[in-house]
Amino acid sequence: MTPASSSEALRAPLVVEFPFTRSLGPVQSAFLTGLRERTVLGVRTTDGRVLVPPVEYDPVTADELRDLVQVAPTGTVTTWAWNPSPSRGQPLATPFAWVLVRLDGAGTALLHALDAPGPRAVHTGMRVRIRWASARTGAITDIACFEPDPDQPAATGEPAPHSGEFTDPVRGIVAPARLDYTYAPGRAQTRFLAALAGRRTVGERCPSCRKVYVPPRGACPTCGVATAEQVEVGPHGTVTTFCIVNIKAKNLDIEVPYVYAHIALDGAGLALHGRIAGIPYDQVRMGLRVAPVWTEDGRYPDHYRPTGEPDADYDTYKELL
Amino acid sequence: MREVAIVAFAQSDHRPDTADVSEVELLLPVLRRVLDDVGLTTGGIGFTCSGSSDYLAGRAFSFTMALDGVGAWPPISESHVEMDGAWALYEAWTKLLTEEADTALVYSCGKSSPGNLREVLTRQLDPYYLAPLWPDSVSLAALQAQALIDAGETDEHALAGVAARARTAAEDNPHAQLAGSAEPARLLDAPYLVRPLRRHDCPPIGDGAAAVVLAAGDTARRLCRRPAWIRGLDHRVEPHALGVRDLTRSPSTRLAAERAGAFDSPVDTAELHAPFTSQEVILRRALRLGEDVRVSPSGGAQAANPMMAAGLIRLGEAAAAIHRGGSDRALAHATSGPCLQQNLVAVLEGDPQ
Repeated sequence: MTPASSSEALRAPLVVEFPFTRSLGPVQSAFLTGLRERTVLGVRTTDGRVLVPPVEYDPVTADELRDLVQVAPTGTVTTWAWNPSPSRGQPLATPFAWVLVRLDGAGTALLHALDAPGPRAVHTGMRVRIRWASARTGAITDIACFEPDPDQPAATGEPAPHSGEFTDPVRGIVAPARLDYTYAPGRAQTRFLAALAGRRTVGERCPSCRKVYVPPRGACPTCGVATAEQVEVGPHGTVTTFCIVNIKAKNLDIEVPYVYAHIALDGAGLALHGRIAGIPYDQVRMGLRVAPVWTEDGRYPDHYRPTGEPDADYDTYKELL
Repeated sequence: MREVAIVAFAQSDHRPDTADVSEVELLLPVLRRVLDDVGLTTGGIGFTCSGSSDYLAGRAFSFTMALDGVGAWPPISESHVEMDGAWALYEAWTKLLTEEADTALVYSCGKSSPGNLREVLTRQLDPYYLAPLWPDSVSLAALQAQALIDAGETDEHALAGVAARARTAAEDNPHAQLAGSAEPARLLDAPYLVRPLRRHDCPPIGDGAAAVVLAAGDTARRLCRRPAWIRGLDHRVEPHALGVRDLTRSPSTRLAAERAGAFDSPVDTAELHAPFTSQEVILRRALRLGEDVRVSPSGGAQAANPMMAAGLIRLGEAAAAIHRGGSDRALAHATSGPCLQQNLVAVLEGDPQ
């Protein structure tokens, strides 16, 4: 974390990224497989409307829908919005129109992008056609976008029934999602982290119950009031409880077994956790007195080591278990 | 049926960026004010319910940190909705109606500043057909606005008038993020953000928190000089597929209003959660609001739209107008999702003055 220019609050980039893997039902599977094969399928409702994109249950009646039909790759814009500055992940990198398109044969509209030279070239009611992506995988993005198709008259007639069967149907999609944040921990945690960088541990005392919270989060969860009075705790503390870890974590450069413990720093009203080293794992015990060990450029203790003091009496930490 | 009222309301000053405080630090002064207003402590509250979103925070279970602000030890009766606090209020209202509690604390908190809100909101869309295209919230609102213009229900000048009215009204709201406006004709000189929407058609993006206290029957009378009685409260949803809906109408709002009793007799005030100017046009018609109704005298969501709190604030503002004696029968509306997908309507009344 780095200090912000305008205030003392810490900020740091935080990226949340996840490839969401989703399974498809029979209708969505047929629709997305169809896109891969340049075929657009809709589903017919019990009262005869054709929904494109198709869903498995009627949004009005909740009837189960399985009656697939094939609609045209051409359609009519029902509404639009000109997007002058596309952002990451959107279908086109150059300015484009978002459009809802009712494909010929469909009774509902599909959302996608329209590649057009400018907003003057777009209007509600204009005729458009699908531009297929060159590489198609069975996803809504197999439609690269729509493009103007002013000369194509609206197809008439009922859409033809379709079995929905394809070889090698798509059963699921992987939808990668990435969001970029700037994390700011707030007043209390900023003060805590700033003190840690100076190798001091600072808690905050509740004005009501007098408990000292480490790390502080700005509020006493028991009393529901703000904590403000800063209290330096430690550096020595007492192991209140511990476990022996035998699982080697990925990307963690610590030999197993090792000991992970709750440590009540002297003066703190609750225990924080940390790794215990500098002592054989099977000699760690409740009441062991420990002190933090910083690595050279560390902004927080790497681990805690025994101080050599006599063990703390159980009564001195039993309330902190 | 048991009578339940909003007896207190507090909100933060809404700001574009609150990086100096954590969610609980943002929330604490608001909780303190709302509880002090009725002379209660968190321990004296029968039920607590909150609204927030992990996607705004970018952290799983982010609401648990905010719980530190309400004193969750010894254990309290508590719940959370991953929605606007207006829906948390709905849950608390049902809890009081079932006589499981006599008082409830409802709060919500939302910080949009850590992320890119327009991108974050794409994650609430259908994950198969919509989310992979990353259509942002302003673009989806623009599709709705264009549909409304094409239908001849409004035009860009009228929308600028909606924005100017809201932000002029907000000059009397010390918590608003945006207050004051140029003349509508001047607003049209600005470039489009996503055509047909300009910046003035869109809500400010910001951080904020709000809290209300609910109480039943005589408890409400004891805590508040003029309780804002909840005469009806209902919420409805429309299909998530935008292409299935008539975007120029809000049948869910109409139905929720009918079920809440909004049309049984006239309201004098309506606090609308209409983040986009075009949505106010749709809501006024869905709610059959005449020219004689004071609409969003706070400036509404166009003056401050802290995600997850802006809907609860509409309920709070409507209740506060009744507490002050400035309204006798008020309507409050909250929305969630793209293009007014989900809508909640409450009807609040004060006792005769």
